[in-house]
Amino acid sequence: MKRTATASESFRELGLLVFIVIICVAVQLRNPAFLTLSNIGDLLTNTAILSILSVGMMMVILTRGIDLSVGATIALAGMVSALTVNSFRAISPLVSVLEGMAVGTVAGVLIGILIARFNVLPIIATLGFMNVLRGLTYVVSKGAWVSAYQMSDGFKGIATGGVAGISTPIIIAVVINLAFFYFINHMKTGRQIYAVGSNPEAADISGIPRRRIILLVYTIQGALAGLGGVIWVAKFASAQSDTAMGFELSVIAATVLGGVSIAGGSGKVSGLILGTILFGILNNALPLINVSPFWQQAIQGVVILAAVLVNVMVKRNSQRFALRRRAI
Amino acid sequence: MAERILELTHITKTFPGVRALDDVHFDLIPGEIHALIGENGAGKSTLIKVITGVYQPDAGEITIDGRAVQIHGPSDSQRLGIAAIYQHVTCYPDLSVTENIFIGHEKIHSLTRKIDWRDLHERAGELLGQLDADFDPRATMGSLSVAQQQIVEIAKALSANARIIIMDEPTAPLTARESEDLYRITEGLRDKGVSIIFISHRMEDMYRLASRVTVFRDSRYVGTWRLDEITREQVITHMVGREITQFFPKRKVTIGEEIFRVEGLSRTGYFKDVSFSVRRGEILAMTGLIGAGRTEVCEAIYGVTRADSGRVFLEGEELHIGSPAQAIQKGIGYLPEDRLRQGLVLDWDLAKNVTLPTLETFATMGWLHPVRERAVTKELAEKLQVRAGSVFDLASTLSGGNQQKIIVAKLLAGKMKVIILDEPTKGVDVGAKTAIFSIMNDLAEAGYGIIMISSEMPEVLGMSDRIVVMRDGRVAATMDTAGSSQEKILRAAMPEGVTA
Repeated sequence: MKRTATASESFRELGLLVFIVIICVAVQLRNPAFLTLSNIGDLLTNTAILSILSVGMMMVILTRGIDLSVGATIALAGMVSALTVNSFRAISPLVSVLEGMAVGTVAGVLIGILIARFNVLPIIATLGFMNVLRGLTYVVSKGAWVSAYQMSDGFKGIATGGVAGISTPIIIAVVINLAFFYFINHMKTGRQIYAVGSNPEAADISGIPRRRIILLVYTIQGALAGLGGVIWVAKFASAQSDTAMGFELSVIAATVLGGVSIAGGSGKVSGLILGTILFGILNNALPLINVSPFWQQAIQGVVILAAVLVNVMVKRNSQRFALRRRAI
Repeated sequence: MAERILELTHITKTFPGVRALDDVHFDLIPGEIHALIGENGAGKSTLIKVITGVYQPDAGEITIDGRAVQIHGPSDSQRLGIAAIYQHVTCYPDLSVTENIFIGHEKIHSLTRKIDWRDLHERAGELLGQLDADFDPRATMGSLSVAQQQIVEIAKALSANARIIIMDEPTAPLTARESEDLYRITEGLRDKGVSIIFISHRMEDMYRLASRVTVFRDSRYVGTWRLDEITREQVITHMVGREITQFFPKRKVTIGEEIFRVEGLSRTGYFKDVSFSVRRGEILAMTGLIGAGRTEVCEAIYGVTRADSGRVFLEGEELHIGSPAQAIQKGIGYLPEDRLRQGLVLDWDLAKNVTLPTLETFATMGWLHPVRERAVTKELAEKLQVRAGSVFDLASTLSGGNQQKIIVAKLLAGKMKVIILDEPTKGVDVGAKTAIFSIMNDLAEAGYGIIMISSEMPEVLGMSDRIVVMRDGRVAATMDTAGSSQEKILRAAMPEGVTA
């Protein structure tokens, strides 16, 4: 039985991989500039922030939650760190990163308390905070931009620097994905996150601190969004009040594309990574083959729906098999 | 030979890889109550689904009133006058009783296309009246007890003019008294000429109600007997295909010193001034009508809820438990009644399920040791004789009895001292019941203090050393099992002025 379940799950990831390969080949045939080192570097750098946030989103969704506030957290954390750099140019980039993460963590803790302690539905709590944080961004920036010339080179280096030709955002994303992989698969708390989403009542009866777990996932998501915010602002060398508007939906889409079930409790890191990469490829490749910008979003939407449909069908098949073994 | 309202002959149904029904027979005489029994997985549910048209048989013939019929779906079976009342009531909890009864065939005003609520409520009231039910048809379904919801389901069947009613384990969630009401209603239906297929694990149900019994085993038809020509032991033998010599294999265990004591535990609105104690090796049964507060008391002990006042002692030390995690850490384990919802993560493998409450002990600095998890699970599964392929099997693929064993394994993985079992044999078949009783014996022998919540009188009398009877949130009586009787327990459990 285990073999069947795993087989259908890895079939799903294989499907994503095949899909990625097909798209790459198709795009490459139309535009040879696609599979060049520099374009792949660009693609991955552009996908890094998405990947970092989808890690947090996967944890949140595993607990049957959702986080609509990440775009706004990115904007606020990015704006605060950019404003600080503007005032104190000598500040170390590391301090800026920590500052952004601190802002995100505070937002995440508040959201987590609202959901875990006061039983506010995640979609409502994060919708509220999306507006609160976005509003705060306007307040602290007074609606003005922080532009490239106001930022120190060290700060911009957070996104533009790199080691051995690999950009810093990619390195950060890889480290976070690796750490996450071990955390969610090999650590007690990771197991408990799955348990809370898979069967909250059984988790309660089994003595799992469900509320603490929920608080934890929103806190981590907040910290990651803060980190993403600093990278974002450094990368575009511009902090604006409407930074990352609607980005939360891309993060959710990439996570779902990776096979993380919105119903909670199921999803794998390998799928998540493939999902974000596929999303990144769609973003990068569609302009390269001259797909009209009007069509790009619609195509992305269709791909996501197709992936979710496949997910549902794979799941239904394995469930039917399990039920059959019991019903008789 | 009497005429048959329903007859199934040579029915075979296969699913990929399994034969769910293998050349089975079943027949129903008008106005009879026909018991259908068999262990879990014997094919009863599949047969029901064939009769209600959920499944189409691969081979075989179904006749109604002597005429061959094809039942392609639930709407077909409804048209033919067949209705099924399932074990887990399938209702719309937020809608009213009336809406639940008439959903799908509401009466609509011919001119305004409006649903004629006043008339429907009136008809619902009449139907409920026929069933001696006294609740308001305007009440929402969710506010009713399980027993009352069942009555609504029966009313729904009547409103569709059902001539054949299938009841799938209707008494499983009911107390003795509620079951008695259900028996009366069922007999009333029979006297009106309705034919009833009654599925139950409870021998009491069958002997109380049915005139004939059909036994299934391993997807096959074993036989049909008139109940006045077959003994209980013979029925059990037919069901399991082997002799079960001792149905309640209670072993004599030397009972040690007191290990657990509850003093004056109260929670406003649920229970008041509850006191009892358990000794090492002792099985203490908590019984009473459903709603008497048994589960609530145990949930408070386990930290799911908090008591307002009262004290709890484990090995002489007073405990202050605020959460299940603390209870587990102190050594109190709880096996919930609703195992599908509270007991298992169904899409997880067995090892992950077993270690869930005690992950702490399978991790160093938060890092899990899957090899140790599997080894412990394997050991426990073997000890409890779980029928499964491996520790990688998903919990959802196990039968009810084996799932129950896995939940027991969850408790044994930790260092428990007191184990609370809430209706441990509910909905499991005879074979698995015997296995669970034998596990309880092992636990008692190993020196655990065991609290067993149960509504099944034979089980209470057969397995426990002492009995706490609860009534309306209070302890009505505490008695030694030796020297007690079903009558004594029921007298204590019933509200004042009602005799059993």
